[in-house]
Amino acid sequence: MSRIDFDIAHLLAGTLLLISFLELYQDRLYALLNVYAAHALVLAASVAWQAFIQDAPHLYITAAIALVFKAIIIPVALHRIIVQLGIHREIEKVVGVGPAMLAGMGLVALSMVVMLRVTQDADPPAREDLAFALAVVLLGLLMMVTRRNAVSQVVGFMSLENGLVLAATGAKGMPLVVEISVAFSILIAFIVIGIFLFRIRERFDTVDVQAMDRFRGERR
Amino acid sequence: MTFNGLTGVLLVPAFAAALLAVLPDYRMTARLNVLATTLTLICALSLFFGRPQPSSYLLVDDLNGTFIALTTFVGFTTSVFSASYIGHELEIGRLTPTSVRFYHAMYQVLMFAMNLALVANNIGLMWVAIELATLTTVLMVGIYRTPEALEAAWKYFILGSVGIALALFGTILVYMAARPIVGEGLDAMVWTVLVTRAGGFDPALLDVAFVFLLLGYGTKVGLAPLHAWLPDAHAEGPTPISAVLSGLLLNVALYALLRFKMLLAANAGALAPGPLMVTLGLLSLVFAAFMLYRRRDIKRLFAYSSIEHMGVITFAFGMGGPIANFAGLLHMTMHSLTKSAIFFAVGHVAQVKGTQRLADMAGLTQTHPLLGWGLILGVVAIAGLPPLGIFMSEFLVVTSTFARAPLLALVLVFGLLVALGGLFLRMNSVAFGEPLGPVTKSQASYAPMFAHLALVFAAGVYMPPALVAWFQNVAGLLG
Repeated sequence: MSRIDFDIAHLLAGTLLLISFLELYQDRLYALLNVYAAHALVLAASVAWQAFIQDAPHLYITAAIALVFKAIIIPVALHRIIVQLGIHREIEKVVGVGPAMLAGMGLVALSMVVMLRVTQDADPPAREDLAFALAVVLLGLLMMVTRRNAVSQVVGFMSLENGLVLAATGAKGMPLVVEISVAFSILIAFIVIGIFLFRIRERFDTVDVQAMDRFRGERR
Repeated sequence: MTFNGLTGVLLVPAFAAALLAVLPDYRMTARLNVLATTLTLICALSLFFGRPQPSSYLLVDDLNGTFIALTTFVGFTTSVFSASYIGHELEIGRLTPTSVRFYHAMYQVLMFAMNLALVANNIGLMWVAIELATLTTVLMVGIYRTPEALEAAWKYFILGSVGIALALFGTILVYMAARPIVGEGLDAMVWTVLVTRAGGFDPALLDVAFVFLLLGYGTKVGLAPLHAWLPDAHAEGPTPISAVLSGLLLNVALYALLRFKMLLAANAGALAPGPLMVTLGLLSLVFAAFMLYRRRDIKRLFAYSSIEHMGVITFAFGMGGPIANFAGLLHMTMHSLTKSAIFFAVGHVAQVKGTQRLADMAGLTQTHPLLGWGLILGVVAIAGLPPLGIFMSEFLVVTSTFARAPLLALVLVFGLLVALGGLFLRMNSVAFGEPLGPVTKSQASYAPMFAHLALVFAAGVYMPPALVAWFQNVAGLLG
């Protein structure tokens, strides 16, 4: 693999990680969805680049899924849903920007330390891709635990999933990648439909402890 | 593709799901559901007499043969129970004919997904199957459309998805570990290839992979502290689904873990997965045992009991060795049979009493003697009292642990005793005392419940030597 191939793959994976950080501190849902669309766009570019340098045409399908489904359809659908639910102007803060960013940096450091240490024998692009991917996965998890609104939790899950696709496409020659990304897209589609059907807004935004007890089913 | 037992356990549920999704009349579809699970069971049993060669996608060996037989058997009895349960739900209007159609189709999709996860020889395919099983159970948990059910389904969805995602990362890492040795492409995800060549894999990468797999699939097993979805999902969904979740889906996730454990055992440099599983198992056991005391909802109570027992099973497999593995397998089988029998009873109890609150049901043995005594028998069995089957397996787990790690055995016994106290305390008021609530006769189907309990009783009194030999053989495979 030539030097420039490697650098571009690196650049795209690094950009993905950077956008994960951007997602962490967006406190308006509209902005968050836009940043997520950018996340998916960079993922699509990264997967397409992997398809090109690995000479693996089936990965273009995964890239197309990322582009059409994740970067366009899902953000548009979520935009509509939050407008319909009337939460598009909402501001949410559970953990402040400072602590969240610090925790995020800690997680990135953790994933670098873990992944670079255990993959010393693997070839460099794969191992660095893997380290980036783990960092994106962990930042997605962090976002899910620092948010209370269901829509932003879902965005956290979707960026976590982008990290997984990055890892799977970075692992050279991995079989079933397309099938797995399709399976994941179905999962995400269900989640998005779920948000709409279940009308979870009321249930996640309440601060009424009594109501929460009731929904836990313990107080009936 | 030729038709044999292996394709049977996959094609029959898949075909039945498509058929049940379009047929309207619920009486007929309930019967068709039973018919489909019966056929699946027959296909599964035929695997004991002849099995196809493993391909790069599917595999049947002694280990998953046992799991498939158990899954299809409990799937069959649950479909019998479900027929009478669903009839009642339709009568009182909790379900509409459309949702029943959906329910039956999903039941078969779930059976398909579980069977696929069990027969998968490819770790990627196994992951896809477990994801499918998660999705179908989420849809079934939320089927009543009450705020509680939707909340439970959502919680299960989010936690289950995160678990699934972590498991996928672990799967990718296993592929990364295998690629330098096995080479690129399909072979590096085929379990039979992986296990024969695992000796050369990079141990550090395998270790990290196993941690992710343990957290990911462990969420689906319901191990503490990753269990938060389990009680809600059990309490708010239809009871047949609680029975299938507790009795089967938790096992399927554990099976996936066991496959990866075998992979690590084949690599000398990798960390021993045992201690991790032992720790999580004991934690789940003790935690769930204490949680039993303050339950107000009968299905939640037994959901915590499932966490407790999955803890014991994970502990036993974590200890490893022929006796502990044997005990773990036996305990898993007994727990599946007993817990689903209990849920069969609980389903009818909740229907006749019109509530799941423990405080609102009392004197069950007076108003509904058959149900009441069936439930008591189930609780006695699940609490691990002799002479029933769970006593046997728990006894084996405890004694084998005493011989090797007495301190761990003390914690184990402590947890089991706490759980026993909790269950009896809760059940005493339900079964005896002044009757509360309506005394209407129930049109329950008692056959599945008593069939399970009879099997558990028989296993406790006399285990046929052939069965013992079979379990010993499988325990040997687990290493």
